[in-house]
Amino acid sequence: MTVLEQPGSHRPPPSRAWRPRTDPAPLLPDEEPYRLLGTPAADALDPGLLRLLYGHLVRGRRYNTQATALTRQGRLAVYPSSSGQEACQVAAALALEERDWLFPSYRDTLAAIARGLDPVQALTLLRGDWHTGYDPREHRVAPLCTPLATQLPHAVGLAHAARLAGDDVVALAMVGDGGTSEGDFHEALNFAAVWKAPVVFLVQNNGFAISVPLAKQTAAPSLAHKGVGYGIPARLVDGNDAPAVHEVLSGAVRRARAGGGPTLVEALTYRVDAHTNADDATRYRTDAEVAAWRAHDPVELLERELARRGLLDEKDVAAEREAAERMAAELRDRMNEDPVLDPMELFDHVYARRTGRLRRQAEQLRAELAAAEEGTDR
Amino acid sequence: MTTAVTATGRRPATMSQALNRALRDAMAADPAVHVLGEDVGTLGGVFRITAGLAEEFGDDRCTDTPLAEAGILGTAVGMAMYGLRPVVEMQFDAFGYPSLEQLFSHVAKMRNRTRGRLPLPITVRIPYGGGIGGVEHHSDSSEALYMATPGLHVVTPATVADAYGLLRAAIASDDPVVFLEPKRLYWAKADWEPDRPEEVPGIGTAVVRRRGSSATLITYGPSVPVCLEAAEAARAEGWDLEVVDLRSLVPLDEETVVASVRRTGRAVVVHEAAGFGGPGGELAATVAERCFHHLEAPVLRVTGFDVPYPPPMLEKHHLPGVDRVLDAVARLQWESEWTSGGAN
Repeated sequence: MTVLEQPGSHRPPPSRAWRPRTDPAPLLPDEEPYRLLGTPAADALDPGLLRLLYGHLVRGRRYNTQATALTRQGRLAVYPSSSGQEACQVAAALALEERDWLFPSYRDTLAAIARGLDPVQALTLLRGDWHTGYDPREHRVAPLCTPLATQLPHAVGLAHAARLAGDDVVALAMVGDGGTSEGDFHEALNFAAVWKAPVVFLVQNNGFAISVPLAKQTAAPSLAHKGVGYGIPARLVDGNDAPAVHEVLSGAVRRARAGGGPTLVEALTYRVDAHTNADDATRYRTDAEVAAWRAHDPVELLERELARRGLLDEKDVAAEREAAERMAAELRDRMNEDPVLDPMELFDHVYARRTGRLRRQAEQLRAELAAAEEGTDR
Repeated sequence: MTTAVTATGRRPATMSQALNRALRDAMAADPAVHVLGEDVGTLGGVFRITAGLAEEFGDDRCTDTPLAEAGILGTAVGMAMYGLRPVVEMQFDAFGYPSLEQLFSHVAKMRNRTRGRLPLPITVRIPYGGGIGGVEHHSDSSEALYMATPGLHVVTPATVADAYGLLRAAIASDDPVVFLEPKRLYWAKADWEPDRPEEVPGIGTAVVRRRGSSATLITYGPSVPVCLEAAEAARAEGWDLEVVDLRSLVPLDEETVVASVRRTGRAVVVHEAAGFGGPGGELAATVAERCFHHLEAPVLRVTGFDVPYPPPMLEKHHLPGVDRVLDAVARLQWESEWTSGGAN
């Protein structure tokens, strides 16, 4: 078969009858961010799901405040908080089946924990312990990724490999608004679309890449609009409306699992805390802006809905908060234990087998450690 | 009768054919081996190294990707995470640079950052080096970058037999391997038996290509034939040169290098990559550290100049050739000016 005989590889010369290769209209995002809370559709939402989301949100918020507190106590080197973005974090985790894979960025520890990861293991990277304190295969959570958007092609490759193997596994990859400017975002979406890989891209548009606002990041009508350029359908959703994010992501996951290919989801949200504990957010945004978003808080929005429908009373709220306090206390206690790292492990994982040079360097360090030990004994 | 085997078995083959055969055999032996890159499918690659693979194994095993090197290597990472053994082709040395972030930040580090839980058995094939009259961005030798990145193996064959054996070893490795293919040797021929390829010791083993007693030429890849030719020419000057083909830059077979230089007492490192910050510095330092009391002269380097790869019409002045190697050998203090009283 020559190149020209292969289906889809021959492009006819332009003519008056030219048409786009696919109809762009169905790929365009919603005109308004999709919402459920405060709309008539909210009445039909499953009470069990709402309570499940609520419990996760309350614990997630407490986890964010506890982790931030741990930075002040010197127990964490740094913590990029997802306070205000808990609905996205929790919905991303809950939209997936056990066999699926999550590809988080460094701000997405909460999503990893909501998926079942041990909180202390999830925080090793940020406390100065080993970069990935967990077995990625155990909960199918890829390492928390620091170089922005570089984990997105990994999600595409994994999903592609799963599809080739005949497994109905979906990958969900998380990125921020700033990350959409990276080349890897573009390449990942393009590969995913061409390969029809079962991937869901969740963009948490929290308004800022550290200090740089969206207007300096892109001239696109919205980040969701970027999907059409790749032939990927996009959804725009209120990222603080937990059931809405959950529904949109679940739909995208179902579509991917059924062989429908990738979906791009832009969730509009806001990072209420600074970028990290080392950041001063007052230098680039106003108190009024933060206050406006605090009034649109994902935990409170869901709490109000549950109360309106009589699915939550004061006792329930107290019970959820108590559970969150217990989680926080346990995290605090466990993080107060000094981790014990074996310096000799430095040489264990560079290659399957140590090279000659690494063997010599390991001997050098072993001798240095022995000498230091002797010094302390004297 | 052995003569019959020889008659049908050994026949002239090019390095490109041996590489193609290695890919084919690896794919036949292990369904986890997937080839991906630009033009590797229908076309068989711009150097035809992947010719026939898509036809034999299907587009899902030998895949024409979108034209995006970071995407190619990045998706290979995900494929490897799911249990595949991707073999990635970068079309030319310098075209691979967009993938360096994936290579440096993920491919090289994944095993380490996950404490051994996520090894990445990825082979990155890169045609490298000059001497083919390539226009800008087609002739780089950037092995020093890969060597300086812990977590990567770096391998480069110089013979038809090694091309096959090393590529099979690279694909079988549970660690990522940067497999540098000297493109001006793609069409170099040797008698070779494709159905009974010679065994090549694993990655990390150098080989003495030519025995000699006067000095050691330490080299690899495209400079191996140059050094062998120089060694032949040196006989006229009365020098009996040993030629060590490193084959693997990481891990480096220091023992073979050190044993050779301790025997000969003199060493010249030869490579195409720029000298400053290049592999030759590492090799010279290793020799100095481990052979100091056996050395009769300083270790010299014959390398590409410290210039961006030159235009094709000037590359002959840039590439280390036989004369430049012999000039360096001549400077190895054969008749010490000290003892002959020539120093002042």
